[in-house]
Amino acid sequence: MKKGYFGDFGGQFVPELLMPPLLELEQAMDTILYSKEFQNDFATLLRDNVGRPSALTHCPNVSKDIGVELWLKREDLNHTGAHKINNTLGQALLAKKMGKDVLLTETGAGMNGVATATAAAMMDMECVVYMGAKDVERQEPNVRRMETLGAEIIAVESGTRTLKDAINAALRRWISTQSNTHYCFGTAAGPHPFPLLVRELQAVISKEARQQFLDRTGRLPDAVSACVGGGSNAIGAFHHFVGDESVRLVGVEAAGSGEPGCHNSAPLNLGSDGCLHGMKTKLLQTEQGQILPSHSIAPGLDYPASVPSTPTFRAAGAPST
Amino acid sequence: MEVLDRAGASVIEIGMPFSDPVADGPTVEAASLHSLELGVDLDYILDGLAERKGTFNAALLLMGYLNPVMQYGFERFAKRCGEAGVSGLIIADMPIDEACCIKDALDTHGVSLIPLVGLNTEAERMGLYADGGDGFCYVVSVMGITGQRDTLPPEVKEKLRQAQDVFDIPVALGFGIQRPEQLEELKGLADAAVFGSALINHINDGGSAESFMQRWK
Repeated sequence: MKKGYFGDFGGQFVPELLMPPLLELEQAMDTILYSKEFQNDFATLLRDNVGRPSALTHCPNVSKDIGVELWLKREDLNHTGAHKINNTLGQALLAKKMGKDVLLTETGAGMNGVATATAAAMMDMECVVYMGAKDVERQEPNVRRMETLGAEIIAVESGTRTLKDAINAALRRWISTQSNTHYCFGTAAGPHPFPLLVRELQAVISKEARQQFLDRTGRLPDAVSACVGGGSNAIGAFHHFVGDESVRLVGVEAAGSGEPGCHNSAPLNLGSDGCLHGMKTKLLQTEQGQILPSHSIAPGLDYPASVPSTPTFRAAGAPST
Repeated sequence: MEVLDRAGASVIEIGMPFSDPVADGPTVEAASLHSLELGVDLDYILDGLAERKGTFNAALLLMGYLNPVMQYGFERFAKRCGEAGVSGLIIADMPIDEACCIKDALDTHGVSLIPLVGLNTEAERMGLYADGGDGFCYVVSVMGITGQRDTLPPEVKEKLRQAQDVFDIPVALGFGIQRPEQLEELKGLADAAVFGSALINHINDGGSAESFMQRWK
């Protein structure tokens, strides 16, 4: 398989000016990320600063109502309130070891921005966050949290003023600041090696969940379900179950208002193959290849593309969406 | 375009609009979104050029992003480019590593894939482009995005020298050229200079393509 691809998807569809920092990052993954020292340092950070392992909570009351034994993997109990911190702390640690001074990122709901600002503050790095102007308005508490943590927030007024435009602007910024800046991509999307890097850092979710479930019930779950926006949450929740044939993996996309033809955030179900943000993946787009606005009441899912590894899952029959 | 052609442009670059132009600055992005609102698509551009085929002295290039071209179909796109008299293509978000998907179709129809390299492109990677590139080589002069600065960084000259060594084809300097005085510094180093944002800004400020070209003669 071609480097950086998951089946037909992935790749490095970026301006040549971004190839050197991507190649530098690939190199750093080989020499630093997989080293014993990095893995030990990262595990310690996850334990002491994130609060891992996160709890696996059985929900007996809801289970009775819906007729399915429901367990929740409590990423919401992580420091900063989401799974995002697994990725940002890992990337910040990697960037620090690469000699970078600045963490650049994009954010939709603001959770990735808060998690990146937290990691930057912890590692004594600067933090620059690009955020769609529409998201800045609807996620104001997270904007304040980022500012309190010392991050510079840049509201993006172009295009749909949401996550997709924030990623465009952050990629542009990276072109001119690559020498001292690491782009801390918030989801398992973007050009190679980000989908792989983010998956490696988020896989801790399914690694823990699988063992916790086995310890508590003596068996594997029948299904694992996760919402899919950019896809880091889903890929983290699925990764260590991929080899378990008995476990059904179910990704859930946001259908917008649910009316036929409405703006939605369901590229795996309703999109087609294309290129955006450095990757070949499933996209919401017109027949002419212009990107359609996405919509979800959840800003974290409001994105017109999907993580490049999930279409491959779909092509292979799992997860179902 | 006719004015630019008459005023002596050797190459005219026509932007293919895209909703998410990550390699462009605010000027080109605004122009891109504006033309999308007006309904400009690849058929509009290719039909227009096909009707005027043979009327330009300048070589015609199309510049844009991969996704609209991918959706149009590489073979269909390359064929129509050939028929419309387009001699080259620049895809801003497709490094040489990903170019195989379109290169064969372009070669078949005699359309050059124009290499675009930057100040951070080492000689080794330039070599990858030199192997497959033709037409001319486009050196991006600033480590920013289109139309951002008005001075030329000193390392530009070194990069142009390197590009002249690696490439057998003419070397053009683009991005960030704003003032005629900057051309003086380029003599002997670059075979051509490319203007984008400076021309759009000039027209937006009420100027004409003709008066723009006067300044650079």
